[in-house]
Amino acid sequence: MRLKENPLTTAPYDDSPPRHALTVLGAGVMGVGITVLALGHGLPVHLVDVDRERLDRAADLIDGELRLAELMGALPAGTPLGALETGTSLKAAAGATAVVEAVTENAAIKAAVLSEVSGLVRPGTLLITNTSSIPVDELAGALERPEELVGTHFMNPPYLIGTAEVVRGARTGDHAMAAVAALLTALRRRAVTVRDAPGFVTSRILHPMINDAARVVEEGTATAEDVDALMQGCLGHPTGPLRTADLIGIDNLVDSLTVLHERTGDEGCRPAELLLRLVREGRLGRKSGRGFYDYT
Amino acid sequence: MSTPDTHTLEKELLEFLEGRTGTAWDADTDLFDAGGLSSLFAMQVVVHLEKTYAIAVRGADLRLDNFRTVRRMAELVARLQAPAGGQHG
Ligand SMILES: NC(=O)c1ccc[n+]([C@@H]2O[C@H](COP(=O)([O-])OP(=O)(O)OC[C@H]3O[C@@H](n4cnc5c(N)ncnc54)[C@H](O)[C@@H]3O)[C@@H](O)[C@H]2O)c1
Repeated sequence: MRLKENPLTTAPYDDSPPRHALTVLGAGVMGVGITVLALGHGLPVHLVDVDRERLDRAADLIDGELRLAELMGALPAGTPLGALETGTSLKAAAGATAVVEAVTENAAIKAAVLSEVSGLVRPGTLLITNTSSIPVDELAGALERPEELVGTHFMNPPYLIGTAEVVRGARTGDHAMAAVAALLTALRRRAVTVRDAPGFVTSRILHPMINDAARVVEEGTATAEDVDALMQGCLGHPTGPLRTADLIGIDNLVDSLTVLHERTGDEGCRPAELLLRLVREGRLGRKSGRGFYDYT
Repeated sequence: MSTPDTHTLEKELLEFLEGRTGTAWDADTDLFDAGGLSSLFAMQVVVHLEKTYAIAVRGADLRLDNFRTVRRMAELVARLQAPAGGQHG
């Protein structure tokens, strides 16, 4: 373990940065959850979003979710919370030991953000994308140093789910792999490392399954409640696929399915009409108060 | 000194839970064991108790064990509502 750094000797690009200091990009469902995980483990976080309102809302959501994490005994006892800062400028990334990108699931947006960040951080800084489905190597192409990018697919909510899927892209370097392992250890997450591919393992399996569950409802075979009751009661799914859709956010699910469909050609990944309709109606799941279920 | 009536509290809490979950519960049933309610719902219950009974659940009190059954919730609310130190009782 490193001693606490002396602020008087700290200069930009100093090679003894604080142990971990995260910049999280995107203050949506996952940006908030990852921030809660980090703060709860004592790591400082700078949370960035283009939308000022999102950041204001995120501060309240973070307080609530920190309490949820505490309620569930998910935080290490006796660890003081990390300090939170928020802002709309990516420049904060210059001071980070790791940057976690959790912006909208859109390859062009992610490439633009990662490319800009790559020009701001000190060389050697770990860059993580939390993409659900976009191949890491596709995004790495936008970076100044593609070897710094690793995929880490945190699940929602990250502070209650102990395992994270780590994706090594074709150009990901050993240094980045070691850095992500150290970070996940500090966050007490178990890492399972897999090869790069559209949707990796978890989204490739889960998202078409949820899509099918939506089709079953669309075709009138069963209600959402009954689909979930069967998947829970007979097949041991912890929450049911449609409650999971509401937890993920149906807009994000549609984006991820679209990424998968475009890159695999698998028709099972073409977003179901019912999902598209829910998005048009603003029924995005828990985050908007209503999706397959009503949370208001 | 007025001790909050835990029996009334339990009744109110059971009505609240039935309204929210569409299921009738017993005061002693573990609400969160396998097949029961979710952790996200647990947090909604905490917020509901704080708002309804003007209490703040903090520190060591904020743990699922205090909310597992309606009886335990009522005990917690009664304890947090009781005036601290008893000087004004
Ligand atoms: N929701 C889940 O359950 C889940 C799980 C694992 C991974 N993911 C992935 O995590 C990422 C984020 O998902 P989410 O559900 O939090 O989405 P979200 O829609 O809730 O939030 C995305 C946020 O990104 C912000 N944003 C957009 N462009 C930006 C930019 N250029 N700079 C900074 N912020 C920007 C938006 O304002 C928004 O607040 C996606 O890649 C998603 O696929 C989601």
